Amino acid sequence: MKIVVLIKQVPDTYGERVLSPDTGWVDRAASDRVIDEINERALEVALTYKDSAKNTEIVLVTMGPAEAKDALRKGLSMGADSAVHILDDSLEGSDALATATTLAASLKREGFDLIVTGNESTDGRGGVVPAMVAELLGVPSLSFVSSVVITDDRVSGVRSDDTQTLQVHAPLPALISITEGSPDARFPSFKGIMTAKRKPLSVLSFAELGAEHPSARSRVVSNTERPARAAGRTITDDGSAGSQLVDYLVAERLI
Amino acid sequence: MTDIVVFVETSVSGELRPSAAELLTAAARLGSPVAVVVTTAPLDASTAADLGALGAATVFNAVSRLLTTSLTGVQTAALAKAVEQFSPAAVILSNTLDGRDIAGRLSARLGAAVLLDAVDLRLDAGTIVATHSVFGGAYLTESSVDSGLAVVTVRQASIEGSAPAAAGQLTSVEIESQPLTSGVIDSIDDIVVASNRPELRGAKTVVSGGRGLGSAEKFVLVEQLADALGGAVGASRAAVDAGYIPQSHQVGQTGITVSPQLYFALGISGAIQHRAGMQTAKTIVAINKDEDAPIFEIADFGVVGDVFSVVPQLIDALNSRKP
Repeated sequence: MKIVVLIKQVPDTYGERVLSPDTGWVDRAASDRVIDEINERALEVALTYKDSAKNTEIVLVTMGPAEAKDALRKGLSMGADSAVHILDDSLEGSDALATATTLAASLKREGFDLIVTGNESTDGRGGVVPAMVAELLGVPSLSFVSSVVITDDRVSGVRSDDTQTLQVHAPLPALISITEGSPDARFPSFKGIMTAKRKPLSVLSFAELGAEHPSARSRVVSNTERPARAAGRTITDDGSAGSQLVDYLVAERLI
Repeated sequence: MTDIVVFVETSVSGELRPSAAELLTAAARLGSPVAVVVTTAPLDASTAADLGALGAATVFNAVSRLLTTSLTGVQTAALAKAVEQFSPAAVILSNTLDGRDIAGRLSARLGAAVLLDAVDLRLDAGTIVATHSVFGGAYLTESSVDSGLAVVTVRQASIEGSAPAAAGQLTSVEIESQPLTSGVIDSIDDIVVASNRPELRGAKTVVSGGRGLGSAEKFVLVEQLADALGGAVGASRAAVDAGYIPQSHQVGQTGITVSPQLYFALGISGAIQHRAGMQTAKTIVAINKDEDAPIFEIADFGVVGDVFSVVPQLIDALNSRKP
């Protein structure tokens, strides 16, 4: 079984994140850059399967600037076998479809039985790239699933939102996007960190994918930073905080 | 006038989801709304009339027995058919799991650009412009599509107003073949909401609890205040991770984004992850015993104190005001 896990490096959600005033794109240099947590959970799904099926090969694929290599190294140290980094300045500013087109081209080249992705990145939050990649590759997809079970020839999971809960499955080859409901990822072991440095990490330009170059057709036309919220009044409870709070709510016409 | 295709979600039994109204409202600003409804049995005339009343000029009903076994495959095929028939300027869907799944499939199938999680839509000199609230509302951006069809998803409970009533002219197609690229649905359970509380998304008042509540049993305090205020119940990720309340209540970066008139944060420290889901609330009230909790930096009214003594006081004071 060959499982490809898609990885994205994102600005750390524990710090302030910034949009570039000129382009409206994420300013990746302004924040700490980390592997998106949901991708670690996606990798954990693959690693859990590999724990029971040793002849499983796990490949990481990312598309991003030079620094994205760090996210791949982290994944390799957690237990993935190899990694592919699509690094090409011409891909800067790719929209969702251009990103999916590039990823699909690399996945076609790489080959796979199962593709595992996060349901949405913490920076873009679009959540459409997995479905696009599956469509471009002509394979079924199970999006936004948890409780994933992988067997030799199929993958299944639970897909739920606030309106319904579905039990779903797909024959392999397939793509799944997993939610936060999936288990936390393991920490890299010391041995994992040491061996990660020797694992293969190939860097590809877009030309090497042998596909037609996609161009972004959706565009940010304006971009405004909202003024930060200021703190209002803070009181310390002396037994009357409840009634003071009600007075405030009444004065503000909130109740 | 240009047609705008709207994907209307339904429950398993065929009832329209509440998002239909706001999607049709947004569509009517951009052109003539065509409501696409996918059902297992032909739509009855009264549902078509309901959609007309909500602003649909045309109701395009795709009927397929495969709807309940094919994961978003039939819906994607139905929208592709509608695009072929109506040549719309845009396809508008709700930014739900299904909506995003279908938007991604449709965009890749037709080579159409996407505009995602719009909180507002308008027409600017013939171009569709979407507004997005980025990084938990820290930025407002506007985006548009250079050329061709735009596939747009709209954040739930973000579009205000209503569309003028339209004809709701019903046309039907059947979808027979099994879409090869779909996942398979083995079973569907509609979640029946037993509570009288408003839905978290779109609620005017939201009361959220955090790790400070201490246990699932004590989390009831959050529900009591929510009921006293007629609000919805939310939670921080810490409270969800601790198992106090199901994940569907999570407010924050990786949960639901809310923008109510009044937001109560009870025993929530206010980590950036939580703030990203609620900082666009009009008024924020925070109660926390840690005076250094970052939530106080954005609270309009903060109370440093124990939630277990302040909230009961507050509920008493609220109840004593009621006639």
